[in-house]
Amino acid sequence: MARPRITPGVLASFEQIDAATDAIKALRAGGHRNLVVYCSHPNHELEEALESPVSPVRLFTLIGGLTGCTAGFTMAIWMNLDWPVLVGGKAIAAVPAFVVIGFELTVLLGALLSVFGVGLLSLLLGQRGVLYDPRFSDDRIGVFVPSAGDTAPTLERLFREAGAVEVLRATP
Amino acid sequence: MAVLAQEPVITQTHADVTRDVVATLEKPSTGYVLMTLGAVGLFLVGALTFLILVKDGLGHAGYNPPAFWLVYITTFVFWIGIGHAGTLISAILYLFRSPWRTAVYRSTEAMTVFAVMTAALFPIIHIGRQWIFYWLMPYPNQRYLWPNFKSPLLWDVFAITTYFTVSTTFLVYGLIPDVAAVRDKVSGWRKMVYRAASLGWSGTNNQWRHYSRAYLYLAALATPLVLSVHSVVSWDFASSIVPGWHGTIFAPYFVAGAIYSGIGMVLTLVIPLRRVLKLEHMITEYHFDNLGKLVLLTGSILFYAYGMEYFIAWYSGNPFEQTTFWRRAFGPMWWGGWTMIICNAFVSQLFWFRKLRTNVTALFVMSIFINIGMWFERYVIIVSSLSNDYLPWVWDQPNPTWADWGILAGSFGWFGMWFLLFARTFPIVAIQEIKEMIPMPRKRGGHH
Repeated sequence: MARPRITPGVLASFEQIDAATDAIKALRAGGHRNLVVYCSHPNHELEEALESPVSPVRLFTLIGGLTGCTAGFTMAIWMNLDWPVLVGGKAIAAVPAFVVIGFELTVLLGALLSVFGVGLLSLLLGQRGVLYDPRFSDDRIGVFVPSAGDTAPTLERLFREAGAVEVLRATP
Repeated sequence: MAVLAQEPVITQTHADVTRDVVATLEKPSTGYVLMTLGAVGLFLVGALTFLILVKDGLGHAGYNPPAFWLVYITTFVFWIGIGHAGTLISAILYLFRSPWRTAVYRSTEAMTVFAVMTAALFPIIHIGRQWIFYWLMPYPNQRYLWPNFKSPLLWDVFAITTYFTVSTTFLVYGLIPDVAAVRDKVSGWRKMVYRAASLGWSGTNNQWRHYSRAYLYLAALATPLVLSVHSVVSWDFASSIVPGWHGTIFAPYFVAGAIYSGIGMVLTLVIPLRRVLKLEHMITEYHFDNLGKLVLLTGSILFYAYGMEYFIAWYSGNPFEQTTFWRRAFGPMWWGGWTMIICNAFVSQLFWFRKLRTNVTALFVMSIFINIGMWFERYVIIVSSLSNDYLPWVWDQPNPTWADWGILAGSFGWFGMWFLLFARTFPIVAIQEIKEMIPMPRKRGGHH
């Protein structure tokens, strides 16, 4: 598979959380919305600085759960009607006896579709070709701003003033 | 509160955490190799026994009227129960935001997956003709048949399959960011393997946004799931009219017992593992103290359930029910009945003492008693009830055979083998969750 083209921009590394959030706030105030922020773990301060909306992954969970529930009851009812055997004097389509099947499939499809949603939203539809540093999975925070060549020096200065320990420029 | 163990102050930095956890994946110690070889040896004993069973049939395992559910179903329920503590710690305590779970949840989650994997073998071994086990699943077939959806046994097939799938998903999902952290630390062919396993994870704000939200939903789905699974297992028994089984108390009684046994197994596994992998500074007495409190809670529920079972048997006025419980305490299986009461009801009460909850040696010994007690609980419930049914002239006293012991030993080997291999291949302590608890450095000083 061909490697994705490198997105031009500026990548800054931070060791301090407040330095990173200062830079993010300054960038957002300057109209930069398309930031990529790397961190080794989920961090509330970064989320607040980025003002990220709630993930739409919940829709996948909901759709998966509802599909599983419907499929569980429908399957059990249909299969009982297709092969009608009287068991313990219960009705052929004995809904209370099928609650466990409906519940289990609600959980199963809800969980699987949630993970599928994450894969789709963050891995497949996420930005590609953005600079990365292995230290971001260790102890550093990375902030990447896509930019064409002329704004890069201004961004580099902004990052250094905020407290970045390293600033790199990505050129295609 | 003064009675609560204090959360330890984490002195490590983010870089220390990555380094220490990645170090557990380096060259294995002699202790580790010996433990793994022991597990593989036990597994081979089980595999050989299984081959003999396939060749000759289940007669070797003592399958005779009136009892056709014996050691294999006992061990199935035992292993399913073991898994429950993992989901409790990884999902339920996540929803309750218990900070102490972070150091132990990965190992307990792995324990869940491998315990369910072990348990799932038993219904297959038990059915005798293992090669047609897929008949349990509803699939279009030439006979135009469908399985009986009104049977708790089929509910169980769905419950266990779902539990295994969701637990595995939960484990693998939680591993992705940690595998990425390992990827960035190792080199050579290992880097290539971890790169493939990290699925392109780079820890961007967009990835974390979706990831954290879905993790919450997975935990929210796994919570009722774990409670349902052992409830459904208990209904395998409770929805019949066999004396000693037909009780409404069974679902909560089984769920509490499952968690109790599972935490016992967590202690049995984590105490030697943290030593072998040199993780004593991460998994501390603070974690053991909290695990001990969970043992105390669930063990006390069991104590109550045992008492209530005897009370209801007496109060029912039903001579079959009364006889069953009399025989459990004073009949031919008195040894099993008292083992379960002593190891579960009484040993759990020792966890009132903080000194014992924080003493690693004492905890390890008590955890072995819990494992033994909980296996015996299932053995007593299953075998004593089936062998003393409504027809006294067919009463019998089956005892475990060599084929039962062989498969039982093999199941411990199978479980241990997977768990140990996992512990050397993937981070056994959740890197990203530990890091979340450590304050990041600030240029203006202080903490958030």
